Amino acid sequence: MNLTLKIWRQPDPVSEGALATYQVEDISEDMSFLEMLDVLNERLNSEGEEPIAFDSDCREGICGMCGLMINGDAHGPLRTTTCQLHMRTFKDGETITIEPWRSTAFPVLKDLCVDRRAFDRIIQQGGYVSVNTGAAPDAHAMPVPKAQADRAFDTATCIGCGACVASCPNGSASLFLGAKITHLGELPQGQAERDTRVVKMVAQHDHEGFGGCTNIGECAAACPKEIPLDVISQLNKDLRTAVRHGY
Amino acid sequence: MRHAGTLTFVASQTELAKPLVEQVRSTRSTIALKIGMAASGLIFVLFVLLHMYGNLKAFGGEHAFNTYAHHLRTFGEPMLPYGGLLWIVRAVLIVSLVVHVATAATLWKRARRARRVRYAVKKNTGATWASLLMRWGGVTLLLFIIWHLLNFTIGKINVTGGPTDNPYRLLVDTFDTWWLTLIYLVAMAMLGAHLHHGVWSACQTLGLTSNARARRRAKAFGLVLALVITIGFSLVPIFTVFGVISY
Repeated sequence: MNLTLKIWRQPDPVSEGALATYQVEDISEDMSFLEMLDVLNERLNSEGEEPIAFDSDCREGICGMCGLMINGDAHGPLRTTTCQLHMRTFKDGETITIEPWRSTAFPVLKDLCVDRRAFDRIIQQGGYVSVNTGAAPDAHAMPVPKAQADRAFDTATCIGCGACVASCPNGSASLFLGAKITHLGELPQGQAERDTRVVKMVAQHDHEGFGGCTNIGECAAACPKEIPLDVISQLNKDLRTAVRHGY
Repeated sequence: MRHAGTLTFVASQTELAKPLVEQVRSTRSTIALKIGMAASGLIFVLFVLLHMYGNLKAFGGEHAFNTYAHHLRTFGEPMLPYGGLLWIVRAVLIVSLVVHVATAATLWKRARRARRVRYAVKKNTGATWASLLMRWGGVTLLLFIIWHLLNFTIGKINVTGGPTDNPYRLLVDTFDTWWLTLIYLVAMAMLGAHLHHGVWSACQTLGLTSNARARRRAKAFGLVLALVITIGFSLVPIFTVFGVISY
């Protein structure tokens, strides 16, 4: 495959960036999207040009490190992570525009890399349960109904990649917040901190500069883990309950 | 990574740009703003349903319509003064309007700040047309409401030069004017779009749609309500144009 790539280049957080055009040739359609970029970077390296910075880690769709805006879709046209997107999804001769996540709360560090520590700070505010450490508890000492265990598990699949923020017209992280709130709120261990968790996490979310949710649904359509919009309703419900409880 | 050194240096420049927030309050969150918007919106929904019922009285002729208009003012007498209930309703509507517009403006501003750099290419895959029209559609509706109040309540403007103290004749004269009918029909289409997304979005914001079935039902409810209200309001102008409602 031969492709024309328009890639965002920005040397550092403070400099102005711009889209640069590259031609890549003889790309196998079995390559992953990131391997295609690796091939381009090998060439740039050999030509003495600065290679394109982009994030990746596990390359098997479970770590949440990779994430690119590909032709206007977070993680590209398929509902998967960028590393699991393959070049067979594209047509020979196609022009592909590649941009970093655009969010004030995710400043661009370099080229396609953004700083997503805003998510870490949201988690620090309550994305955990406090337990006394000690001997491991007996299995099934605390029964969890199947339906709740399933929902907690499904929402716990959120890998914090930031595609929800990147695709949201409001730049909101509500799907990420909702996934965490639902995951912990469904479990008995999560009840003690339920009110303070939602209030603190939402406060940090707002403080980081993420926008408010208008329930458009771009996030759920982009989420590689297929987290549904239900979790945002759950988030709103938990916040409303916290208001009622005076937090 | 090959250029890990550069990235570490760049990352350290933005270290601790935003610390964890303290002294958080649930009522100061973006979600609290959304709850305010949803609650005021539902008041408007109840109001437009009653308003639509009143409008449809025009099919009953001049006497039925004008009697209804008169009864709106004498409703609750002698417990309430003349026009008392009307003023209570107006007060509720004015407070709702202030809440609805103020929260919308705040959230709109937040959303703009949340993405200062726009995408070169951005697709909307999960959004409905109505959901993307909420803000400018809302502005359109606000301008329409101002005109509508000047037309029928505050100013009582009769562009044909006819009577202004007879509600039925003012209505017929208004909708006999093609461009006024056009303004009203466009505004009702806008209202329909606003309700199509707004009703289900309010349900979601109030935390009533925390599973897939409830979400589908809320969306269906929003669509049905939007159609009922849009068609219900459009009947009177259309039937006036065709001479069914006349004097």
